[in-house]
Amino acid sequence: MSALLQAEQLTMRFGGLTAVKEFSCAIESGELFGLIGPNGAGKTTVFNLLTGVYRPSSGTVTFAQSDITGQPPPVIAARGMSRTFQNIRLFDELSALENVMAGAHLRGHINLFDALLRTGRNAREEKRQRDWAYKLLAFMGLEERAGLAAKHLPYGDRRKLEIARALATEPKLICLDEPAAGMNPSEKQGLAQLIRRIRDQLHVTVLLIEHDMQLVMGLCERIQVLDHGETIACGKPREIQSDARVIEAYLGVADA
Amino acid sequence: MARNFLVMLGLLAGCYGFNFVLAEFIEVVYVDYINLCGLAIILAVGLNVINGLAGQFSLGHAGFMSVGAFAGAYASIMLTYGVIESGPLSFASMGSFLLCLALSGLSAAAVGALVGAPTLRLKGDYLAIATLGFAEITRIVLTAQDAIGGPTGLKRIPKMPLLPGAEKWDGGTSTFWIYAFVCLVILLSLNLQRSTFGRALICVRENELAAETMGVRAARMKVMAFVYGAFFAGIAGCLYAHYQHSVRPDDFTTVRSIEVVVMLVLGGLGSLTGAVVGAVIVTLMPQFLRPLEEFLNLSGLSMVVYAALLLLMMLFRPQGIFGQRELSLKLLRRLVPGAGRESGP
Ligand SMILES: Nc1ncnc2c1ncn2[C@@H]1O[C@H](COP(=O)(O)OP(=O)(O)O)[C@@H](O)[C@H]1O
Ligand SMILES: [Mg+2]
Repeated sequence: MSALLQAEQLTMRFGGLTAVKEFSCAIESGELFGLIGPNGAGKTTVFNLLTGVYRPSSGTVTFAQSDITGQPPPVIAARGMSRTFQNIRLFDELSALENVMAGAHLRGHINLFDALLRTGRNAREEKRQRDWAYKLLAFMGLEERAGLAAKHLPYGDRRKLEIARALATEPKLICLDEPAAGMNPSEKQGLAQLIRRIRDQLHVTVLLIEHDMQLVMGLCERIQVLDHGETIACGKPREIQSDARVIEAYLGVADA
Repeated sequence: MARNFLVMLGLLAGCYGFNFVLAEFIEVVYVDYINLCGLAIILAVGLNVINGLAGQFSLGHAGFMSVGAFAGAYASIMLTYGVIESGPLSFASMGSFLLCLALSGLSAAAVGALVGAPTLRLKGDYLAIATLGFAEITRIVLTAQDAIGGPTGLKRIPKMPLLPGAEKWDGGTSTFWIYAFVCLVILLSLNLQRSTFGRALICVRENELAAETMGVRAARMKVMAFVYGAFFAGIAGCLYAHYQHSVRPDDFTTVRSIEVVVMLVLGGLGSLTGAVVGAVIVTLMPQFLRPLEEFLNLSGLSMVVYAALLLLMMLFRPQGIFGQRELSLKLLRRLVPGAGRESGP
């Protein structure tokens, strides 16, 4: 069986800067896969390449047996890849519930006239989105916040809301960009459990970028390490921890 | 849907009663104000979908309105008289009028799609300038068409169709027809706003990149907003032409486009209630300032007051009267402390 997500030789250049160089990876369905590396290593750029925000300078992305290289984000979302953002991008004026319902829009099957005329189909779609959104809010522990505008949520809840919204698109793979950033240790602990449950209970494959080494090492089954846009290691957490190049990359950052 | 249909029937009956009351008891000048308010509401509520919900700064609403006005007026003249010549005014027949309205809405919507699609890549000020340019070009092109009267435009546009029992109404049935479409555009826009498409439009406004990664096709949503807003601008144009019985390209200058944007900004961009209130205020203010101006013998006073009001608004309430809120029981409850508290959870 081939991998759920396969990136081959992805390269992204911004003018003279090569942010990502010949990035390859293969993520199996059901995996919890970590992508780590010092600041500016190119991790977020990899996410942007995978989810269609950027078109790679070269290389290919294959997802669920089809070539999605250079496809626009909505097409990739429809194929079943969703994501969160390192700098949170919620729909601030909408409520938490509406944010998640917006994620559910993708799998709706009504047309504009159903909405304008409030047909039965429209009512069923509203109910489907609402029920699904409440379920995900509850899953993320946000059911109390449903009616609150996203901009009024505390920081940690905003991060969780983004995950709920991404899950609402019914993805096969969810890409989380530093979901624990800015959280305190107990919040991080809770988040780690949630991420595990996303994989175990919702059966969504997880690709995780995270700075907290303890969290990544405890959570991920395989880890790939980037430094200056290049892959310097890939393997099980224990292998990564003892890899000389990884230690050097991180110590190098500590020195700087 | 059945409920919506009944609501619309009830509203139509209400419009009929409204027109009757106005025709019987209210002076013609005031009826005129009320009709102008209705036309402004249709324009503003339509534009609110583009500028308010989808967050696209369009400054070309007069352009869409003019397309609908000329398409509808020309078709109406041809269907009623068969030729463009001067002579006494007649009533349009119900069938031909509805056909003309559909034609004006659809032609404006088609232009909306044509303008919407290529300008999608533009944002903010650039989009505003592009749409403004479109409206001006439309005006100039219309002015150059001899078939529709060139700069003098079309005259002898038929009166809006009679209704049963309305034969003796002095001011005709304009109020009924205008407010029928006011009700329609409000009802449809409310439905749109509360639907998955309404949320998708707001997502595009709030964060286009996030919307796209969540599977919302931003380009498609923007074109949809333009088509929707343009459709009702076209309807408003057609109603306007039939109401005035004449229409010139210069009725649709940039000033009119800006006026509609001012209505939205005043009422609160993104709020349907705000669009309605803004439309009424902007339409009525000059009418009420004019007598004051004459009384004080200060010509230009109305413009000064108008500008001052807008400035104060921008300084003290930049989000507009309603912000993004809607008039609802919840809001009323908050404004009137104690009222309706027992019904809350
Ligand atoms: N849109 C862009 N234009 C120019 N340079 C960029 C852009 N996006 C990222 N970069 C650069 O690419 C490098 C990798 O950035 P990024 O992927 O955000 O790193 P990470 O997420 O690993 O911290 C950085 O040097 C950054 O400045
Ligand atoms: Mg990053």
